[in-house]
Amino acid sequence: MNTQITIGGVTFKNPVMTASGTFGSGMEYSEFVDLNKLGAVVTKGVANVPWPGNPTPRVAEVYGGMLNAIGLQNPGIDVFMERDIPFLKQFDTRIIVNVCGKTVEDYVAVVERLGEEPAVSMLEINVSCPNVKEGAIAFGQKADALYGITQEIKRHARQPVIMKLSPNVTDIAEMARAAEAAGADAVSLINTITGMKIDIHRRRFALANKTGGLSGPAIKPVAVRMVYQAAQAVRIPVIGMGGIADGEDAIEFLLAGASAVSVGAMNFVDPCTTAEVVKGIERYMEQYHVENLSDLIGAVEG
Amino acid sequence: MRKECKMKRKETAKVLSQREIAPGIYDMWIGTRLAAEARPGQFLCIYPRDKSTLLPRPISICELGEDAESLRVVYRVAGRGTGEFAGYRQGEPVSVMGPLGNGFPLEKARGKKVFLMGGGIGIPPLLELAKELEAEKQIVAGYRDDKLFLKEDLQKHGRLYIATEDGSAGIRGNVMDAIRECGLQADLIYACGPMPMLRAIKSYAQEAGIPAYISLEEHMACGVGACLGCVVKTGGVHHHTNVHNARICTDGPVFEAGEVEI
Repeated sequence: MNTQITIGGVTFKNPVMTASGTFGSGMEYSEFVDLNKLGAVVTKGVANVPWPGNPTPRVAEVYGGMLNAIGLQNPGIDVFMERDIPFLKQFDTRIIVNVCGKTVEDYVAVVERLGEEPAVSMLEINVSCPNVKEGAIAFGQKADALYGITQEIKRHARQPVIMKLSPNVTDIAEMARAAEAAGADAVSLINTITGMKIDIHRRRFALANKTGGLSGPAIKPVAVRMVYQAAQAVRIPVIGMGGIADGEDAIEFLLAGASAVSVGAMNFVDPCTTAEVVKGIERYMEQYHVENLSDLIGAVEG
Repeated sequence: MRKECKMKRKETAKVLSQREIAPGIYDMWIGTRLAAEARPGQFLCIYPRDKSTLLPRPISICELGEDAESLRVVYRVAGRGTGEFAGYRQGEPVSVMGPLGNGFPLEKARGKKVFLMGGGIGIPPLLELAKELEAEKQIVAGYRDDKLFLKEDLQKHGRLYIATEDGSAGIRGNVMDAIRECGLQADLIYACGPMPMLRAIKSYAQEAGIPAYISLEEHMACGVGACLGCVVKTGGVHHHTNVHNARICTDGPVFEAGEVEI
């Protein structure tokens, strides 16, 4: 059985990745999951300088999912290069670094630093975080802004570029096409869906940021639909995510058109979820006599 | 390169017993070999079975069994997740991960006179702490009313002072009122409880010039230090996060009060 896939010229041993922001840089989860078994570790977003993130509470549980408004807390690219990259290099898995910024220059500064590090296989550009006020989402909700930043990043990037798309848009196909037209090597989606929770007993917002990003199994049908629409709209690979809890969920995304999948909020529910998704995909391939995983990509009929 | 890993995991443990020891306060013994590694002040993540409530509930360890194969949690029913736990009966499975967090630094107390201060559902972790500390122990427990859960257990391991908000037992007021009225002093404080209590203890400790190790609480998601959901502001740049934030689940939950801005 062959579970390999190729995205932007980079080959992955299997299509299972970690969704940015849910897995740190793998350090904490390496005590639970053999990182060697994963297709890639996608790191938490890193900026040119340290970001403190939002006030607490930053997380809240909702029916079948959770809201978060971490606000992209990160140690900055210097610490990341000195500590997180050497850690990840110890494993036989691909490293995809998620990049965040407030201005185009911020993004470019990080992209250029990462260009010095051949162990980084791909870059994922976060233009879809709903929890920070400047940058990020501002680039991800208008097709022309997305086109502009993608083009600028591609001009400076030495690694292939994945643009991470926001679901908080009217037409996801239009956004995917803008990324592709500007030269993106792949798109990943969905980031979290903007949501809100109110504590009725205290009459306060559950999150200090008032709004947060909804993730978990509750968003899976929305994510499958958007992955399908994006995959229909572009020729570049799509990395699908949104509530994936097991191998069967992952297969659903592959059939919808995703070339790879990421596990996000479910890492919090069981820290071994990623490894279980890998096994579940293999079981499905065995059950249905699928020789090549790539045969499943976009294979939904009707 | 390929680094080999020794794996930890979430596990299915067994409920050994459960009873309600005060209104809405439950006392559950869990059979798990995780008990062998646990220290006072650490916590467990307990996972509801109901998949509409996905996230683990971080619950402090109250006591470790003599057999090193069981541990006790005493928790308050706060919502649907803990409500589900309260329904577990002897022999039923319970999904747990841990022990997590740093725990109280026991060695700091050796030969000293210490306060173990707990408020409400912050009282339970003081029990195992009191059992293991080698020090002159003054346990100060603040309750809402005369439902004095864990009173008999605590009394076995130190001198117990009680405060109640409604004055129905012990000193009327909170733990700070209790130490003032009883004229108590200490060289070091361990504390767990609601934020206003911890703030009062922090400023008391600063004025008295003594260290205070306080156990903090925050909404958590991963419980292992990856998601950065449960941070607390720190006075200086934290060595791991490289910003003025520490992770309560992994860098804590116990912090020296002077390190954190609460």
